[in-house]
Formats: sequence, C-alpha cells, structure tokens
Amino acid sequence: MKKTFITAAVAGLLAAAPAMAELTFTALSYRTGPYAANGIPFADGYQDYFTLLNERDGGIGGEKVNLLECETGYNTEKGVECYEATKGQGALVYQPLSTGITYQLIPKATADGIPVHSMGYGRTSAKNGEVFRNIFNYPANYWDGASVAIKHLLDVNDGSLEGKKIALVYHNSAYGKEPIRTLEEAAKKHGFELSLLPVDHPGQEQKSQWLQIRREKPDFVLMWGWGVMNQVAIQEAVNIRFPMENFIGIWWSGSENDVLPAGDKANGYKALTFHNVGMDFPVFDDIQKHVVDSGKAAGAGDQIGTALYNRGLYAAMLAAEAAKTAQEIHGVAAITPAQMRDGMENLVIDEPKMASLGLPGFGPSFSVSCQNHGGDGMVAVSQWDASAKSWGLITEFAQSDQDILNPLIDEDSAAFAAENAITPGCN
Amino acid sequence: MPEQFIFGIEVFLNGLMAGVLYALVALGFVLIYKASGIFNYAQGVMALFAAMTLVGIMDGQVPFSHLINAIFGTDVHHFGWHLPGLVGILLTMLVMIALALIVQKVIFKHLVGQEPIILFMATIGLAYFMEGLGDLMWGADIKKLNVGLPQGINIWIDETTYNIFDYGFFIDNLDIVATIIAVILVAVLVAFSQYTKQGRAMRAVADDHQAALSVGVSLNFIWIMVWSVAGFVALVAGVVWGTKSGVQFSLSLIALKALPVLMLGGFTSIPGAIVGGLIIGVGEKLFEFAIGPLIGGATENWFAYVLALIFLVFRPQGLFGEKIIERV
Repeated sequence: MKKTFITAAVAGLLAAAPAMAELTFTALSYRTGPYAANGIPFADGYQDYFTLLNERDGGIGGEKVNLLECETGYNTEKGVECYEATKGQGALVYQPLSTGITYQLIPKATADGIPVHSMGYGRTSAKNGEVFRNIFNYPANYWDGASVAIKHLLDVNDGSLEGKKIALVYHNSAYGKEPIRTLEEAAKKHGFELSLLPVDHPGQEQKSQWLQIRREKPDFVLMWGWGVMNQVAIQEAVNIRFPMENFIGIWWSGSENDVLPAGDKANGYKALTFHNVGMDFPVFDDIQKHVVDSGKAAGAGDQIGTALYNRGLYAAMLAAEAAKTAQEIHGVAAITPAQMRDGMENLVIDEPKMASLGLPGFGPSFSVSCQNHGGDGMVAVSQWDASAKSWGLITEFAQSDQDILNPLIDEDSAAFAAENAITPGCN
Repeated sequence: MPEQFIFGIEVFLNGLMAGVLYALVALGFVLIYKASGIFNYAQGVMALFAAMTLVGIMDGQVPFSHLINAIFGTDVHHFGWHLPGLVGILLTMLVMIALALIVQKVIFKHLVGQEPIILFMATIGLAYFMEGLGDLMWGADIKKLNVGLPQGINIWIDETTYNIFDYGFFIDNLDIVATIIAVILVAVLVAFSQYTKQGRAMRAVADDHQAALSVGVSLNFIWIMVWSVAGFVALVAGVVWGTKSGVQFSLSLIALKALPVLMLGGFTSIPGAIVGGLIIGVGEKLFEFAIGPLIGGATENWFAYVLALIFLVFRPQGLFGEKIIERV
C-alpha cells in the first residue's frame, strides 16, 4: 500500500512538472573541463536572467521558464548527447555554446524542427536564413568581427592601411580559421599585408609564433583564440613588448580571464564585442534584488558583470524576447519550438525595447528576417583597463563591411545548399 | 652573417629553453616509472593540483568553500592572509606529501604485484579524481600565480646580441630561471639517488622489488617517498608553467609535451629526460622556423612525436633507457 502511494505520488509529480514550467529553454553549458573558467560565467548569466524573469515577472507571458542545463565539458560528442537527451522535453531553442556542437546540430535540429541560436560562433553562413531555416546567429558572426576589426584599424590609421602589416594569430581549428577569408578579401581591398600564424591546441607554447611576430614586426596583431591560448598569447605579447593597443582579440579572446594573468602589462589590450560590458545597467539592480538577495544566483554568484556573464545574460534576453515575439505572433503563451522559430525570425531589437528591459545601450539595434538570420553585424571595440580591472567600450557599435561579407555568405551558403539538396526559400 | 642564420640561432636558443620546460614535466614521469614501473598518467594533473594548491594557500583561500557554503549556508571564502611564495611552496609540499601517502595507502598498496596495465589504469582514475578534487577545492577560475619569478625579455642578452649581430635576441627571463631550477633539480635528484641511503634503496626497488624486500627495504616507504618527490617535481613544473599562463585546468595538458620527451629520452633516465627535452624543444622549434611557413605552420605538436618516433625506431628503449633483455 505504502509502495503504491509513493509510486502514485511520484507519477503525479512527474505529470505535474510540465504544467508548472511551460517554456523550456536549454543551456548546453560547460562548468567542468579545460574551458570551465569561460563556461561558468556564460552559464551563470544565462541562468540568472531566466531566474529573474521567473521571480520578477512570473516567467514569460505568464508562463514560467524551465531551464534545462546539460553539461558538455565543451566536448562535441557530449553536446550531441545532451541534445538527444533533452530534445524530447519540449526544448524551444538550443544555445550550443560551441562551434563544433553547432555544426553537429545544424542537420539534426533542422530535421527535428527546433531552432538553434549560435550567438557569435558556429557557421557564419547560417546568416542566410533561406538555406539555414532553423539556425540563427544574430547579432554578429566571426566575419563581422574580422571586418569591424579592420574598420577600427582604418579609423585609427586615418582611413588607410596601405602598406601596413597585420598578423592573425589563430587557434588552428575550424573556429580559428573562420576570419581568414574575410581578412584576405579586406587585404586586397585595403592594401595591407596579412600573415597567418596558427597555434595548435591547446596553445600553451607559442614561442615560435611570437618570435616570428618579433622578427616580422607587424603593425597590428589580431587574435582568434580560446582558453589558455589567449592568456599565453597576451603574456607573450607583453614579453616581446608588443604595443597592447595594437593587439585586438575576437570576443572569445576578450574576457577578464584572458587579461588578468598578465597583470598591469595587459593594459590597453583590445577585444571585439557585440554587447556592452560592466554592470552599469538597471537590470543588474533587479538581478541583485530578485536573484542574488533571494539566494537564487547561479553557481557561486561571483561572476556577475564579467564579460562572459554579460554575454550569457544577453543570450538569455534575446531568447526571452524571441519567445515573447512568438507568443504575440501566434496568440498563445505556451509556444512550440516551431513557433519559437517564428519568433526568432521576426525578432526586432531596438533601443526603446532595450531600455524597457533595463539594458539601455547594452547591445546594438537589429532585426531578423527570413533572409537574414544574423542581424546587422554590429560590433564594437572594448579595451582593458588594468588598473581598474575592467573593460570599457571605446567605439560605438559599427556595421561590418557588407560589400565584402555578403558575397562570401552567399557563396558558402549556396555550397551548403547544393551539398544538402536544399532549395533556398522562405516557405 | 645572413639574417636567417641569426634568426635560426635565436630560435635554437629558445628551443633549448622550451626543452627545459618540457623536461621539467617529464622528470616526474621518470621518477615514478623508475621506482615502481608505473606510467603515471596523473603527472600533468599533479602539476595542476600542486599549482592550484599553492595559489590557494598563498591567497588564503578556504578550500571547498563553495561546497561548505552550499551545505551550511555560510559565506566563507578567505582566511584573510596572504603568504609569501616560499612559505606557500613549503606548505604545498606538505600537501603533496600527504597526497602521496593517501595515494599509496588507498590505491597502490592494494595493487602490488598487479600487471603494469592495471597500475596504469589506476593512475588514469587518479587523474580524473584529482581534476575534480582540484576544482572542488579551489574553483575552476584562472588564477594568477606570482611567486616572484621574473618574466619578459632579458635586456642584457637583447643588448649584447644587438651589439654583435645588429639584432637583439629574445630570451625570456622566466625560461632562464626555469633552466637554473631544472639544473639544480636534476643535480639534487642525481645526488639523492646516488649518495643517500633512501636514494640507494629507491634504486634497489627499481632494479628488483622482491630482492629489495628480502634485504629489508620497505617498499611502502619507498613508494611514498617517490610519489612525494614526483609531487615536488610536479609543483616545480606547475609553478613555472603556471607563472607563464596562469593556473588553470589546461595545465594538466602539459603532460602531452612530456610524452615525446619520454619516448626519446627513455622512461628510466633522469639525464635522458633533460637531453630528450632539449632535443624535442630545439627540433620542433627549428622545424617550425624552417619548414613551418612552407606547409602552413602549427607543426610543433606533431613534429615532436615524429621526432620521437624516429628515435624510437633505432633505440626502442630511448636514448638513455635501460635495454630490455628478456630471457626465455
């Protein structure tokens, strides 16, 4: 009798669970492994924002948010396992947080009708929504990053890079190689000399690359690094006394973790970003009040306001706004993954909306459409202040060079469509 | 003098320095293999654990603070002290000795006489356990390690070589210090194994466990001692590599750099680890310098193994390893 009662109670609880949490979001996070130091703040930011919505607003459109977090250890196989294990639980959207996992999920999620948001990573040409129907990479991608880096260098060189030397130090992987095409095209257009310096994983030993930089004396160094590669590169740049203000990293090379080990000498190092930095936004007061003070902060609660925490928070905000858009389009609160996809495809982010969310000026204004799943490619440059131990934006959000990027995106997405027998279109 | 030749000399010198760093990691493997026949997969993780512990102790971090706070609802993180590097190193060494004691009592004491593959598998388990334990004790964030080791270009070498070659060589002060530390470490280890009672006992155990036992050598004590010494070597490697890149999980991957050194230098020779390290360091750097640009670069990781394989074909026991003779 007792056993029957317990079984019935457990069954009742399980049956009741979906009713208590109608909107299921999934975070494929990595709080363990070699990249945990970067995975933790992003995961904390992502989780804290949804906790805030549940605590302050009662969820999204009256529906509570259920966040499923699955540990990938930044391992592609584990990421796919996480996807398979959670997709049946009503996941509305996946944030894979890894280019490798994203590539694996592109065909799977498309077949399953679940949208994927690879924000600032993944396959760049997924911007073409007519080919990649379920994949979104707004507000910016790696090619946008490379283009805006060159734009910034043009700005600080009176509009000309003619005869200048630019070196790209990159993680020798699909991720690290992403900006090469863009930079090669930009080199042709602006007349600078590009040299490529690959660094093998994990990147703990980079003496050869930095000796080469010291010999060849490039005017600027760009970096597409990740994990320990970033810290070692910045330290080596310090060692050879390379001017930090001439060293620019992609957003995955622009966290506090990357610059703090080099101490004061990392001062002036620059990093690209597609969102703002710091805690000077009203939403952080709400997080303190509704999340931290009530003991519901994710993890140890010690990452709030860091660059990667802000990125996780921004990703969660974009997911929540897409869900709201989907609710408005379809007139239902408990949306499906297909409806969520519609919400993402019709997402509009503008300054009044950002201000109303307590995030004025936190990110660029952009809109998504069937043809454009990648936003407007707006990227800013941030700079590290070693004495204050903080990042600060030194430029406005600027748009990437669409003349260079659009043909590349069309070419790459057309090749993908041909390989996979996809007929591009919006229906 | 041709410019490329001058650059080549700079690359050669930096290769020597990198080789010393690789050798520092390889030394830990050699010590344990020599005394117990165990290939210690956990050596890289030991370096990580030692460095994390050192930073934690120096900064007065409360171990397991996240766990304690989660269970008891407290908010403790720091003891409020900051210790000098030397004190931190001494206290960390005590932790590594305690770890050696636990490893021996809990794991290897029960595996005496087992096949080498069983012992190897046990070290794999130990590595993953220590990775988790380190995270749980000290957190997964990247920590800055500052025990006073200098870093950055050596100005004297830069200026002197500039006066000679019209090009100043880059040599990192940290690499110079690491070289001095490695030389002292090897000298102490060789002196210890040759001239002390415990060192001779260690060599006796390495030659023949049963024979050593029959003349009264305590296998238990020797293995604890060897794991402690390997822990000390791991601490030294952790300090040098941690100063270079910050103390973080990836430190455990430095073991990958030691494998070709071991293949080349032999698993049982302390001088072999040093010479092997130097050959690998110079070989991979010169190859990257001369051939790398022609084939797209990033050759160092795989070339180190190719170099080691070439040596292995001609001397399977490594340059300084003991020749394996099995009579039937």
